[in-house]
Amino acid sequence: MTSLSAVEDRARAVSISRPPSSGEQMVDRVVRLTTQVFAWSVVVLVTFIVLKIAWTAQPAVRRYGTELIRTSTWDSNREQFGLLPAIWGTLYSSILGLAIGTFFGLSIAIVLSQDFLPRVVETVLKNLIELLAAIPSVVYGLWGIFVVIPAIRPFAGWCSDHLAWIPIFGTPLKGPGMLPASIVLAIMVLPTVSALSRDAIMSVPSKLKEAAYGLGATRWEAILGVLVPTAMTGIVGSIMLGFGRALGETMALAMLVGNANEMHVSLFAPGTTLAALLALNFPEAKGVESQALMYAALVLLSITMLVNIIGTAIVTRASKRFKGSRS
Amino acid sequence: MIRRHHIAVSVLALSIGAASCGSAGPEPVDLKGAGATFPAPLYGRWFKDYSDAHSNVRVDYAPVGSGTGITQFTNKTVDFGASDAAMTDDEISKVAQGVQLIPMTAGIIVLAYNVPDVTTPLHLSRSAYAGIFLGKITSWDAPEIASANPGVKLPKLNISVVHRADSSGTSFAFTQHLSEISPEWKAGPGTSKSPNWPTGIGSNHNDGVTASVKQNPGSIGFIEYGYAKSTGLPLAWLENKAGKYVEPGTPSAQAALAGAPFPENLRLFIPDPDAPGAYPIVTYTWLLAYRNYTDPKTADALKDLVRYCLGPGQTISEELGYVPLPDSVASQSLKALDNIK
Repeated sequence: MTSLSAVEDRARAVSISRPPSSGEQMVDRVVRLTTQVFAWSVVVLVTFIVLKIAWTAQPAVRRYGTELIRTSTWDSNREQFGLLPAIWGTLYSSILGLAIGTFFGLSIAIVLSQDFLPRVVETVLKNLIELLAAIPSVVYGLWGIFVVIPAIRPFAGWCSDHLAWIPIFGTPLKGPGMLPASIVLAIMVLPTVSALSRDAIMSVPSKLKEAAYGLGATRWEAILGVLVPTAMTGIVGSIMLGFGRALGETMALAMLVGNANEMHVSLFAPGTTLAALLALNFPEAKGVESQALMYAALVLLSITMLVNIIGTAIVTRASKRFKGSRS
Repeated sequence: MIRRHHIAVSVLALSIGAASCGSAGPEPVDLKGAGATFPAPLYGRWFKDYSDAHSNVRVDYAPVGSGTGITQFTNKTVDFGASDAAMTDDEISKVAQGVQLIPMTAGIIVLAYNVPDVTTPLHLSRSAYAGIFLGKITSWDAPEIASANPGVKLPKLNISVVHRADSSGTSFAFTQHLSEISPEWKAGPGTSKSPNWPTGIGSNHNDGVTASVKQNPGSIGFIEYGYAKSTGLPLAWLENKAGKYVEPGTPSAQAALAGAPFPENLRLFIPDPDAPGAYPIVTYTWLLAYRNYTDPKTADALKDLVRYCLGPGQTISEELGYVPLPDSVASQSLKALDNIK
């Protein structure tokens, strides 16, 4: 028996120290190759999409140049395709929606990460908020039409009656418009912002919080002065992801924004967005119109990319600063 | 028990199918169509009823819009198309197999409104509704509206116009009518499936416009009669060419369709009917068929289907808010089937 176990031991020792077999090396190589292929195929896919859109849009780009992003009339019969109102509406609704969404999302992230609530309630709330991301866009659109618009009508009516001298209350609410669209958009970006911000805040080392308390900080001083600034990288990242989602959101906005090719400062005025314009006009577009729509897609893509680049830059800078302070 | 019943029904259906048109054998035929959304509820019902009675024929209809329908029909990815704007000569010339337009039904486009506390149907003069859609008349108590509605207390409420946001045959028929009655509209937005609307908010499809009107006090929108009927929205009485205010409905629509003779190609628009009892905004909707099919089975099945729709199917039209074709038109449509081989 002893000799047998000794043999086993020796065999085990051999198997631990032996060089990888050719089969294992093969597996290793295949895995590395496969992951690389998948990683590069994403790059190829994105490049292909961009090139394809740019290629299809190219006749319109050559024909109109920058005229499309400087003019504001969309009339396919007269081959005028001004994109300015759509660009304005896209940025207006996204920024407003994101501002509301960030305010609530960040508050939720703080409440759900700092032991304000019993653990069970916290988990339930967290899951409920993440569930918001699972609701289809068209349901948000319907909810906006049947709930949000009637709910804000009294407020909007009062504002446009009494405060019309303030430009953002300048026009009456006709139903669909920028404010209802932005409110629904805010709820749609809420799960992204709150879940990622919460993760960022929770990943701040507890030593930091304890140190802040040790220095005599109150709870809110610790949260606002130490935790949130330390987690800022993640929070900005979550906001940028939310912004990306808001810019590209189509169906709910097509149902709520009013699809009027107009530009207003007023919260209550109808407008349009690039994504809604594309979704509504593309199915029946032919010739120059579809090229112009591709131009619009290119503009939307550029805006989204620009936002992502700026976001990454902010995150990199912020993380550098805090890494410095931490070490 | 259920199964036996089912078999009995399909045997019955088969024998009916065989009896009514000798050519339709048990060999299965798939018909694929695409096009207008305007008649889609009616087509859906017709095709389902027909398939129920003819178990060997399956009809798929994709309501993708008139424009897309024409494109798919031209590209031969479907067996038939459907369009509210028929097809232009230019479009027809691109189809090598030849095109037969078949008017299937007619519809009326109504102005549905949401004005709180007004119970009697509003009367709108031609200048009033053209002015509303041009954005010139902006309040419900405007004199242009009040003068046609004596005794009705109109609220001081902003008018909010709702129009289609997508490209649409309904918009085409409506703007065609507006171009006919208003020189200003003709010079401005003109006739188009997706015009540059001077005012208002855009909603997607007929049901989107219906929901917007229903939800927002002060709004007015143009929709297909069937949708308005099912939601119970109040509908405006419009002034016709003869100067009479006409209630939208099947009788006034049939009055509009009657008396306009069809040309050889069966393409007829009636942008502004003359008859004194005619409702002013009516439109036919067409099925697009090839004149020469590669497979005679497809041609026979399609012809038999159309025969059903133009015959017994017409009784369903009114129930769903469409206008049954006048007899003369139906017989002309049936005769046109002889061109399909």
